[in-house]
Amino acid sequence: MYQLRGVTKQYRRGKDTVDALAGVDLTIGDGDRLVIQGPTGGGKSTLLQMLGGLDRPTAGSIELDGVDLAKLPEARLTKFRAESIGFVFQSFNLIPTLNAQENVETALVPLGLKAADRRERAAQALNSVGLGERLGHLPSEMSGGQQQRVAIARALVKNPKVLLADEPTGNLDESMRDEIMDVLETMWKELGLTFIMVTHDSSIARRAPRLVTIRKGRITITENSKAV
Amino acid sequence: MFFTYLRRELRRRRKAALVVASGLALGIALVIVVNSVSSGMNQAQDKVLQSLYGLGTDMTVTKAAEAPKSGETGRPRFEFGAKDDGEEQSSDRVMVQGFQTLASSTVAKVAGQKGVADSVGGLSLQVMKVSGEFKRGQFKQGQSGGATRQGGPGGSGGQPQGQVEGGGASFDVNSYSVYGTDVAKQGLGPLTSSKVTKGRTFKTSEADAKVAVADTSYAKEKKLALGGTVKIKGVKYKLIGIATPDSGDAAANLYVPLKQAQTLAGAKNKITTVYVKATDSQQISAVKATIQKNISGTTVTTSADLADTVSGSLSTASDLAANVGKWLSIAVLVAAFLVAGLLTSSAVSRRVREFGTLKALGWKSGRVTRQVVGEAVVNGLVGGALGIAVGLAGAYAVTAISPTLTAELGSGAGGGARGGGMAMGGPGMRQSAGKTLDIALSAPVSATTITLAVGLAVAGGLIAGAFGGWRASRLRPADALRRVE
Repeated sequence: MYQLRGVTKQYRRGKDTVDALAGVDLTIGDGDRLVIQGPTGGGKSTLLQMLGGLDRPTAGSIELDGVDLAKLPEARLTKFRAESIGFVFQSFNLIPTLNAQENVETALVPLGLKAADRRERAAQALNSVGLGERLGHLPSEMSGGQQQRVAIARALVKNPKVLLADEPTGNLDESMRDEIMDVLETMWKELGLTFIMVTHDSSIARRAPRLVTIRKGRITITENSKAV
Repeated sequence: MFFTYLRRELRRRRKAALVVASGLALGIALVIVVNSVSSGMNQAQDKVLQSLYGLGTDMTVTKAAEAPKSGETGRPRFEFGAKDDGEEQSSDRVMVQGFQTLASSTVAKVAGQKGVADSVGGLSLQVMKVSGEFKRGQFKQGQSGGATRQGGPGGSGGQPQGQVEGGGASFDVNSYSVYGTDVAKQGLGPLTSSKVTKGRTFKTSEADAKVAVADTSYAKEKKLALGGTVKIKGVKYKLIGIATPDSGDAAANLYVPLKQAQTLAGAKNKITTVYVKATDSQQISAVKATIQKNISGTTVTTSADLADTVSGSLSTASDLAANVGKWLSIAVLVAAFLVAGLLTSSAVSRRVREFGTLKALGWKSGRVTRQVVGEAVVNGLVGGALGIAVGLAGAYAVTAISPTLTAELGSGAGGGARGGGMAMGGPGMRQSAGKTLDIALSAPVSATTITLAVGLAVAGGLIAGAFGGWRASRLRPADALRRVE
């Protein structure tokens, strides 16, 4: 369970100080599905990065299962990301020179698995997102939707506690968007992980049971009884 | 994963990799060529010095130069007695080379010095043989006299009318060098620069025997045959061997036992040079200082001193290789390292999102850095392999072309040459003042040079990797991802 208390993140922009997050308090339960929405520059991605241990707050605490990520040493924070967090990015962020299977394997490298185990698990993960026939394909040989599926397989192959997705459908057309959302929602249901997603897309946001809107670093929480 | 990722990245960026590798290759090839040419220059200089010193000699001890005493000209003087008209007259003048001698006991004194492994004395002589004839002129009386009378000194009195016609002198001057060898210690000294290719060398029992070894060129010129005799100042010596120099010119035309040389020159118990071998080649300067301090009135000349007296194109080329070549190599290498570093750093900048993603996935900074450094080192090794290939080809080309370099010994080497080593260094040195030797340049590539090249390749890769790795290690995943969103 995530417990955020007074999370503040300030950036220096020239002589000015900008509050990306201004005292955010938020609790996210295990297995929750949450969407973060808001205008550009409102602090959505910053909040997601705090939750994923990619950045540290200027003030406040971010506890996951009682461990304050803000105070973890760098090495332990890296280990935490390797074991507990799955990321899906808007631009897929696949390594262009590695094929689909090798890209998925990159998430298993920090876990110290043997090469054969890595290959096997990567193949299984790609099968689960419907890309079992595309293991040896390079990102450049796949469509945007297929690339995002590879990214999802990479995020989930290590069985993380939390899946963080930053505009996962932002670079996709409508049909691809629905396809990817179906995959993500299926995985969330099957694996029982905590799924937090940043999106601009209101139609996607409406599908989530809980919506966090963030403006100028401050959040408002909306419970959605009409969630899909 | 490390090697798969590395291989794929290098393949993807093969043009950039080739630029980095080519830069390093150029620097490394230059280092190999300059090193091998320098090595060839050193070998050429060694050959020149060997032709003077012989093998194994680290330094020579000679008598310090003295100003000529008043009334001494230092020039040879020949005297001929009056002989009959047209009869051949000849005179041999045996001179100690440099006109400076040391007592034979100096050899023992030198041998007793700290750091001296072995020493041997030798006497260098220059023989000038002047032979020919005087012809008296004929006095021709004027038309009124009618008679013809012999002119010249002591002619009869009276007032002859006429003039002296004809007459004069015709003399050949034959100059050659003789070296008196200590037959008990033939492992050191000038004769070691030659191999006895016909006959034999001296036996230890021939300390005062009338035997000689001739240089092959001299023997050919004078048509000396093995087993025949050669006359020096009227003394006949049996020719027991013909010696061929390993390179360059021979140290002397004829070699005789030391005692015989001393007798010929009237220099009993005298030597011109002590040839010294040091116990440690790294301590030659110290040994030189010790000898000069403990044995007064001597000049010690080392190979390094002698090398300074070598001039001509060999010296010029050697200086070029040592100075311009060295600095050019260093400049190209530094430039190549910098370019490799900047290109690697620039490549990391272009891969910010990639490395940010890997860090977000839990890759430690060290693993990302290793990946960057690994790619740079492979680039360096490819550059090294290319550089070694190009460098070897360059060195091979130099050896194949074998440009001839001229070494001028002693001349134009400044005061140190004449006052120090060359004039008194031993046989061949006086004669070699102003003498030129042609040496074919080769460019031998040693294992050390190849090791150096490989080391430079790895160093180049590591330096380039350090640039890129430093940048990669400082990337914070959030910043990396934010910068590209």
